[in-house]
Amino acid sequence: METKSVVPIWFFIGIVLLVYGALITGVSVYDLFVPPARTVVLANLHAGIWWGGFLLLAGLFYTLRFWPAKSDQ
Amino acid sequence: MTTTRLLTLAPVDIVIVALYFAVVIGIGFYLKRHTKTGEDFFLAGREMTAWIAGLAFVSANLGALELMGWASSTYQYGILAMHWYWIGAIPAMLLLGIVMMPFYYICKTHSVPGFLKLRYGEGARMFSAVSFSFEMILMSGINMFSMALVMKVMLGWDLNFSIWVSSLTVAVYVFLGGLLSAIFNEVLQFMLIWAGALLIPILGLIEAGGWNGLVTKIAQRMHTNTYTHLWSTLGSFKDNPMGIHWTGIVFGLACVISTGYWTTDFLVVQRVLSARNLRAARMAPIIGSAFKMAVPFIVILPGLLGIALLPGLVPQSQVSALHPNSYNEVLPLMMARYLGPGLLGLGVTALIAGFMSGMAGNVSAFATVWTYDIYRASIRKNASDKHYVAMGRWCTLAGVLVSIGTAYVVMQFASIMDYVQAVFSFVVAPLFGTVLLGMLWKRASPAGGFWGLCLGTVGSLAMWAWVRLDPSALQYIALSPHAKPMAENMYRALWSCLFCMVVTVVVSYLTKPKPEAELEGLVYGLTKLPSERDLTIWQKPVFWAAVVAVVFVILNIIFW
Repeated sequence: METKSVVPIWFFIGIVLLVYGALITGVSVYDLFVPPARTVVLANLHAGIWWGGFLLLAGLFYTLRFWPAKSDQ
Repeated sequence: MTTTRLLTLAPVDIVIVALYFAVVIGIGFYLKRHTKTGEDFFLAGREMTAWIAGLAFVSANLGALELMGWASSTYQYGILAMHWYWIGAIPAMLLLGIVMMPFYYICKTHSVPGFLKLRYGEGARMFSAVSFSFEMILMSGINMFSMALVMKVMLGWDLNFSIWVSSLTVAVYVFLGGLLSAIFNEVLQFMLIWAGALLIPILGLIEAGGWNGLVTKIAQRMHTNTYTHLWSTLGSFKDNPMGIHWTGIVFGLACVISTGYWTTDFLVVQRVLSARNLRAARMAPIIGSAFKMAVPFIVILPGLLGIALLPGLVPQSQVSALHPNSYNEVLPLMMARYLGPGLLGLGVTALIAGFMSGMAGNVSAFATVWTYDIYRASIRKNASDKHYVAMGRWCTLAGVLVSIGTAYVVMQFASIMDYVQAVFSFVVAPLFGTVLLGMLWKRASPAGGFWGLCLGTVGSLAMWAWVRLDPSALQYIALSPHAKPMAENMYRALWSCLFCMVVTVVVSYLTKPKPEAELEGLVYGLTKLPSERDLTIWQKPVFWAAVVAVVFVILNIIFW
């Protein structure tokens, strides 16, 4: 098996975390202005915004660090 | 759809779950073109780095039921459940990396039954392969049914929908990319499990007032401080909620059941065999052990937080209008408590990912053992490599379909689930005795290995049947009439492993051993290990094993 030609798993993980982070941050910011019907404990901490932001940044790092064209060089 | 579901997903949550399914299938299609030979399909080309093999090693074991089940057990038994993550895993993983891995790796076996063939001969291999295949299919079916039940209770999903959609997804990606695809997805699933589950203990600790606040709240609720001590209550069967003695934890769990599982269960060992070289293969379980040590943060801590913040959860049999929730639901209840739209989808994805990683582990290990240790060994010996890859692919599909059938059988006869731990101990404990003696004692003969394995398994079954027929026998098997089922499993495993070893030793002295020339690469003293003299201390597996061991000891002292 030519493993050097396989896109690293970390790239896929980066893409997934990036998209999930963007979705969670986006919907959490939206909920700031239009509060959801179901409220959660510690909603005042806005966990969705900072956790989504963390996933987004981690995803961005992994995506760029393991971008296929870059890792092939 | 039922109206009693615990959680309701928002549209964004459904998008997150659907995206996950699309990605894992996409990875399968992408990797199909890289999976051509038997070595690729069954051992991921033996090209995995230590990190990837190590994360897959832990992830294959980190199923959704593991997350749900141990959070629930923690609510029931307190911090004692942590023993299954620390002393019940870490020493065993280090033993695999430092002592046992060189023998598995240097002999170039495809599987654990394959090692038994090289060490003891065809009989031991066939016995182990058949019992392992049976265990895999049974476990896979039970996990599938349990997961579908969880999805029904949590989200109101239809049982058939959950069983077919999730298992066929696993079938597709393992069918296409074999072990490589399973490992890639296991690493992804491992990251998603952490991303989805980590927020619950963080927010829970904030609400409870930190660790000290949590301990105080638990002591107030339970009127005892035994729920937050790991070792100090294990001096007597009656002093702790689990009804277990420290000897059962140390000798039964740590020395036999967990060591047997982590060092001989092919489901996890297969991930390490995919490593690119011996050093990576030795580092993989050590890396895995460091992550395993952290898993209680997302499994045990939510259970402890449940005791403090969600009082009144009862056993499933006592659920009523007054007590609508059982402690089996503690993790979904914590998710509903803290996770808003988006985060809830991520949490549910973590549970589904956990289920899939466990199931992919089962079917990929089953496909390998069936193809190499049963089909090639006794049905078609000299077919082409391409033929065996095709057999592995169809076997993956067949394994999933048989598991689905098992899930429906379990649906009809739910009491089967009570025997899962027992079945596990029938297979693993004697196998560990056989493999360990085979690796460390060159005098162990083929007949000794075979009869030790057979009679150890039969002995374990006999002890189990004895207690079922005469409950008073528990005081002999588990050393106390107060022992609970979990303690009984620990002691039965210990006795069956010892019995297997005694039989192996006696029969070996009465029969002819293998010539030493045939044992090279298989046994301690006859296996030449590559020198590590040129490696820096940072590159040596033994150094990192020592670091993990020191942290392990410190943690046990802190939570004593």
